[in-house]
Amino acid sequence: MLGKPNIIQWIKVSVTLIALVAIWELACRVFDIAPYLLPAPSAIVSRMIEKPMLFWAHGWYTLYETFAGFILAVLVGLIAAAVIVVVPSVRDVLMPILLIAQLVPKVAIAPILLVWFGYGIMPKIVIAFLVAFFPIVVNMANGLVSVEKELLDLGRSLEASRWQVFWKFRMPAALPDLFSGMKIAITLAVIGAIIGEFVGGDQGLGYLIIIANQELDTPLAFAALVVISLGGIILYALIEVLERIAIPWGQPLQQPQVAS
Amino acid sequence: MSTEASISITDLRKIYATRDGALTSLDGVSFDVRPREFVSVLGPSGSGKTTVLKIVAGLEKKTSGDVRVDGKEVTGPQRKIGIVFQVPALMRWRTALENILLPSEVLGIDKGAAREKGLETLNLVGLGDFANRYPNELSGGMQQRISIARALAHDPSILLLDEPFSALDMMTRNQLNIELLRIWSERKKTSLLITHSIPEAVFLSDRVVVLGPRPAKVLEIVNIDLPRPRTPEMRVSKEFIEIVDHIGRRIGLEYA
Repeated sequence: MLGKPNIIQWIKVSVTLIALVAIWELACRVFDIAPYLLPAPSAIVSRMIEKPMLFWAHGWYTLYETFAGFILAVLVGLIAAAVIVVVPSVRDVLMPILLIAQLVPKVAIAPILLVWFGYGIMPKIVIAFLVAFFPIVVNMANGLVSVEKELLDLGRSLEASRWQVFWKFRMPAALPDLFSGMKIAITLAVIGAIIGEFVGGDQGLGYLIIIANQELDTPLAFAALVVISLGGIILYALIEVLERIAIPWGQPLQQPQVAS
Repeated sequence: MSTEASISITDLRKIYATRDGALTSLDGVSFDVRPREFVSVLGPSGSGKTTVLKIVAGLEKKTSGDVRVDGKEVTGPQRKIGIVFQVPALMRWRTALENILLPSEVLGIDKGAAREKGLETLNLVGLGDFANRYPNELSGGMQQRISIARALAHDPSILLLDEPFSALDMMTRNQLNIELLRIWSERKKTSLLITHSIPEAVFLSDRVVVLGPRPAKVLEIVNIDLPRPRTPEMRVSKEFIEIVDHIGRRIGLEYA
């Protein structure tokens, strides 16, 4: 979170965005720019209104891939992070491997995944999962080890079991980091799904962009882009809402203040 | 005497292996804490005071010597000990009351009884009205009070305090000294306080164990014969100042 957004800030951002769109619209009209080069915002919107079902259908497909990949990344990421933190001998082996794996460009593996999983939805979910997985593991593992040393000492002095230390001490401490990871992961999952659709397939907003490009239907490509962006923003916002529900204690604890 | 002591430490040695070779932190430290007695361990920073506490708590291993709690040799953590750390170490995701209930939860104490006891302890530390506040809504002094309440709530027989007020400003610190005296007089626990503040040690304790600089030995065990209950006014009394001065010279002499 970048501090609390206030109403004035919202207004400023909205006004700026509206102004930018207006300049764009104006530029397209004044300079008479060809729609296949740069469609005017009005042209993009009218394209969306023309065939709303097209965007719904492809949108749902992409959303499904994104979400499936993301959920998978969260589940596997949580388990991996837990193992990394709880079993130190595993950490020493798994962490370097994860780092190396992260260095492999996922876009480059996309065609291979296609060979392995076919042209269906599976390779898209796998790519979304692969790109979303890393931030979850790293953030979660960081969160799980972020517990104060003294708190862990307290746990030891009470002879808390490993299980208790994990669920009562580490897990809640890691929640803020998990959410930071999830916010990064969800935006990456969208990208992963789109990449998968670029490489091969016959559905989804990424596929729609490819088709639009082939037909030089730039307004359609832009319309798909707007839908993808809106979807990404909504998913991100959903996670922020979840975060506020899951973390009612607010901002991380500050250093003890001086006043009593 | 060692049979009746709550905590008995005999010839305790702690040697750390470091890159530059063996580092002796504690070099034959011996003292006792009797039941319901308040004893402070005082020493310059880096003298290994905290190590003494951690070994008694079973959180750290000794190199040699004999450490007993209620006559039994310390081999690991014991549930009859409550610890207050230098930092409040509260769970920021738990309210004040929930933080205090943590030990009872871990120990599997009946929830209803624990809650009652928790509220009572919260009242004891003067934070009865803040049961449902999160730590980040409370001041440093209040957080440390909650940490004291947490150490007391499951009714341990021994209270270990590891420089609990050193992160606080002087005013809060003095205030919490008085609070701690009041709490101690209501729940007479065997208490071992680690501190580097001479006035704090003298004001609170029945006896003060003065450690020298590393490798730490006991320089002197000073009986504090000031009457109880102790009042803030005593801090400016002739006797108080004399004891503080005496201990100060004792530590100062070792440096010279």
